[in-house]
Amino acid sequence: MYVIIVGGGNVGYYLAKTLADERHEVLLLEKDRTRYRTISEELGELVMQGDGCEVAIQSQAGFGRADAVVAVTGSDDDNLVVCQMSKMEHNVPRTISRVNDPRNEKLFHELGIDATVSSTKIIYNLLEQEVGGGEVIPLAALNRGNIEIVEIEIGAHAPVLGSEIKQLKMPQEALIISILRDDHAILPSGDTQLEAGDKIIVLVRADQEHSLRDMFAEE
Amino acid sequence: MNIVILGCGRVGSTFARMMHRDGHSVTVIDIQSEAFRRLGAKFRGNRIVGNGIDEDVLKRAGIETADVFIAATQGDNRNIMAAQIAQRVFKVERVIARIYDPVRADRYRQLGIVTLCTTTIASGLLRDFVTTNEWGLDKDYSAEYLRLNV
Repeated sequence: MYVIIVGGGNVGYYLAKTLADERHEVLLLEKDRTRYRTISEELGELVMQGDGCEVAIQSQAGFGRADAVVAVTGSDDDNLVVCQMSKMEHNVPRTISRVNDPRNEKLFHELGIDATVSSTKIIYNLLEQEVGGGEVIPLAALNRGNIEIVEIEIGAHAPVLGSEIKQLKMPQEALIISILRDDHAILPSGDTQLEAGDKIIVLVRADQEHSLRDMFAEE
Repeated sequence: MNIVILGCGRVGSTFARMMHRDGHSVTVIDIQSEAFRRLGAKFRGNRIVGNGIDEDVLKRAGIETADVFIAATQGDNRNIMAAQIAQRVFKVERVIARIYDPVRADRYRQLGIVTLCTTTIASGLLRDFVTTNEWGLDKDYSAEYLRLNV
């Protein structure tokens, strides 16, 4: 897979290293010359100096044959334009943008970005997770957010505790795809009983998410 | 008209003063409050300090009732993103972005944003003047600019 990363901050730097270790073809674009010199000492040929929003630089960097472009600069506006120009000019199949302001995720999807990652939102979700059982934590969005994969922890006082899966009155468009129990992932059947501390992974239509919350929340 | 202008640089501030003098309701947004000095003492429009790609800031500037939105900060990408927010989220009827990079100006024009590329405008005027000795603009705005101060 050929992956182009735009933005050589810490996120871009470690992402480039990780992908290169996994034997993917990687190019990291960094605009700032000083930063470029620093990271190219370690990453060498993997780094190129240039503005990832400029079409001339994009052509030089081979955006036309990239399988994915990942924009991880600290500025949402730069990330947006990198991804939009990649699509418009080079038809890049997959564009992924870091989003610093989590409220921009919805906007970016509307504007044609294939996937967004908000560290603010991830950390917020992790904090929510610490709060206790019954919280519905989004893990991933499919089909531009229509369908979500969410995680729900079964608390010690959850009303569904001890129930078998076939007894649950799940919303029509929701499917339990796995249960994480004691560091193992279980593929559940109808007879599987829910235990305290289970984390259930559910595929659900985004607008049904609230009914899941009602079902699993502790009283 | 209700006009919201993002960026109080030379272009943003001059346009704001022209429209204010012509009797329109004008709000200017800039990330630095010192930039509002360029508006001069006679400007009575609104000044909002904030980041123009933040929907809350745009709302405070009255974008929900704006007829026109102009993005004229120093950053092409900032202007492009702000213009798309104005167009897609707030459905502002007329959205114009100043973009220095001619390629980006062309591509976003195709997406329905009016883009003003001062790079190609100035270069074209210069080329025409140097080769034909004719000045391509019939109007000279500098006299109007000087009158703003009076």
